[in-house]
Amino acid sequence: MELVPALARWVHLLAGVMWIGLLYYFNFVQADAMKAATADGTAAGISKHVAPRALFFFRWSAVVTWLAGATLLGAYFVPAFTLSKGYAGIGVGAWLGTIMLLNVWGIIWPNQKKILGLKPATDEEKAKARRAAFLASRTNTMLSMPMLFFMATGWHHAF
Amino acid sequence: MKNPLDSLWGTVISGLVLTVILYEIVKNFLN
Repeated sequence: MELVPALARWVHLLAGVMWIGLLYYFNFVQADAMKAATADGTAAGISKHVAPRALFFFRWSAVVTWLAGATLLGAYFVPAFTLSKGYAGIGVGAWLGTIMLLNVWGIIWPNQKKILGLKPATDEEKAKARRAAFLASRTNTMLSMPMLFFMATGWHHAF
Repeated sequence: MKNPLDSLWGTVISGLVLTVILYEIVKNFLN
């Protein structure tokens, strides 16, 4: 086994588990927990102590996952992203992961900064940011399902 | 029409449907 692809695979899997694990935490746990906590006045604990830490590991594990994945693709990076014959499966996985990374840094994180008060915003801007971040996060949860399928089965897999 | 992404079940079902659609596209047109 070559050292660089082996290391890239190891990092890609661990960072990927952290990224998607935290994505599922936000969608399956925190979203409903925030509603309940807001109702009984304890939401500050989550938004002050939990969410910023979870978002830190979430957004950076997304970057590490993508970079390690690109390293792992190596010479097959272009054939995968151009969906060439024999590489379309892993290519679809790679494209879905890339769209998800762009969602994290382009929509989720900029809006979360307003929601958590890390960036000044009016109440109206916060409400808009909440909806945009929520939908982008739910979109990523939806995209993660085919992404994981194609990542797990796409490498040289004849469909 | 309600956005399916507003509910967790809607999100999971949308993910499953998208997986099947992409699988069929890759299987029939890209391989």
